[in-house]
Amino acid sequence: MALLSFERKYRVRGGTLIGGDLFDFWVGPFYVGFFGIAGLFFILVGTFLIIYGASQGPTWNIWMLSINPPDISYKLALAPMAEGGLWQIITICALGAFGCWALREVEICRKLGMGYHVPFAFSVAIFAFATLNVFRPLALGAWGHGFPYGIMSHLNWVWFTGYQYGNFHYNPAHMVAITFFFTVTFALALHGGMVLSAVNPQKGETVKSPEHEDTYFRDTIGYSIGTLGIHRLGLFLALNAGFWSAVCIIISGPVYAGSWIDWWEFIRETITWNGA
Amino acid sequence: MDNYQNIITRVQVMGHPEPGIAIADDMAFERKGGMLSYWVGKIGNAQLGPIYLGFLGVASLVTFMLGFAIIGFNMAADVGWNPVLFVREFFWLSLDPPGPEYGLQVLPPLREGGWFMIAGFLITASIILWWFRMYRRAKALGLGLHVCYAFAAAIWLYLVLGFIRPVMMGSWSEAVPWGVFPHLDWTNNFSIVYGNLFWNPFHMLSIVFLYGSALLFAMHGATILAVTRYGGEREIEQITDRGTASERAALFWRWTMGFNASMESIHRWAWWFAMLTTLTGGIGILITGTVVDDWTLWGMKHGVVPEDLSWWPITPDSTVSSWGN
Repeated sequence: MALLSFERKYRVRGGTLIGGDLFDFWVGPFYVGFFGIAGLFFILVGTFLIIYGASQGPTWNIWMLSINPPDISYKLALAPMAEGGLWQIITICALGAFGCWALREVEICRKLGMGYHVPFAFSVAIFAFATLNVFRPLALGAWGHGFPYGIMSHLNWVWFTGYQYGNFHYNPAHMVAITFFFTVTFALALHGGMVLSAVNPQKGETVKSPEHEDTYFRDTIGYSIGTLGIHRLGLFLALNAGFWSAVCIIISGPVYAGSWIDWWEFIRETITWNGA
Repeated sequence: MDNYQNIITRVQVMGHPEPGIAIADDMAFERKGGMLSYWVGKIGNAQLGPIYLGFLGVASLVTFMLGFAIIGFNMAADVGWNPVLFVREFFWLSLDPPGPEYGLQVLPPLREGGWFMIAGFLITASIILWWFRMYRRAKALGLGLHVCYAFAAAIWLYLVLGFIRPVMMGSWSEAVPWGVFPHLDWTNNFSIVYGNLFWNPFHMLSIVFLYGSALLFAMHGATILAVTRYGGEREIEQITDRGTASERAALFWRWTMGFNASMESIHRWAWWFAMLTTLTGGIGILITGTVVDDWTLWGMKHGVVPEDLSWWPITPDSTVSSWGN
């Protein structure tokens, strides 16, 4: 049932990638489509397997329960259910659900006559996940190199994986990724704050214009990127944060297996410095 | 995919630089400069400047440059004023806080933390002067103070790291050193000394909001770019007089995930997520070492870290490939 006052006129047929009119309907606020049905299958199977896996584990504590990948002795083979097989199927379900979600977004974009920026952006996040639990385990030759699915246990994996490389803060791609994360948060604060301050002005003032926004940032820092540019910048920063995160983990192990602290020493020794 | 996706600006009108909204009582310090750049205009506004000078801005720049120079000269002295060594060693160079033996002494000997204190004071003064500059410009233009509040949230984390927590610990030696690798070493050691910062719930929250901010800006930036063909980037106009761009942007998310923000409320989500990153992060730093000494023991006591670590897998050594053996 369409609930927003203007929603009814937008609920039109068409725009599907597959299935024609067969799945072209809504359930409540949700658009369904072929990828809604397929995605629901992956979500239900994956969620059921996580709950089943938790029931076989030592605790129901939401923080501590964990679905673990197989031991690396299984290499790239399928493992028995209780020994990592669940993790493998859940990983397939996650990738299936993410892919369906992205393609469903494409169908919604087509229905609404919008650009494809959102599903493209989401695909970068999917790429980062696949890098962690598919590409890197493949490169290292064992599914056991994926991270476990648990609120705390995945942090434990990050901790121990990081210290296998000396100090992960010294990983140059990790530096770049963190810089993008901090910068995108900074930019989001400025953009959110700027728009709110224009439409929620001081007492007695009328709502301000984009000219006021431009003047504020030109006055203070000498440049205003503008209403269109800030969204390009924000998307660019956010996608780079995800992309460089994927880079910093795929190079750790498959490309470089030493300490990242020593890597910088190597760079320092390799370059010829006249006069030093 | 043959539709226009609006990645870069393809047509630009090059007129004269806009002088900005006129403000009556700002005669003493004028706006300076103003030019148009074709290549900058490919991504955002083509106009560079004009910039507003003014006491607060000039004072902020001067204090920053003094503090910055003190840090640089101390590092240069550490490599015997050799410029090639300065470049080669730059990432390792450091201006360290005073040693623990000086406690909270305001000015230890210069080369034993005194310069650190002076540089820290100058840069902190610079940041606070810049905050007042942002505040005064917002006031002058009649804008709300949301940017100033967000800036204050960042200053909170900065002050916790370099001032509030060292005072509570009773020693300036707790402060973060100036330097590229040294501040990363500080971060790393801080986590190890206090038993793994990952188990600190406020650190968790801060990371959630940091990643959440990247997620939100990806969602918001992409959504707006996707409806620019309907004028979606004109957000103030869309907030005060909703157009089809807002309606499509809202319905996209409603149909995707069953929930949507409005053109105004998405900016409230954005503002809160970004501010809470540093607000929660500052709390997490402040209570570490002052209230909680070991986050692993804290986690075990409060049922978030298992006392039997076999519940979790032993992270395999990924520096050794499993191929070919």
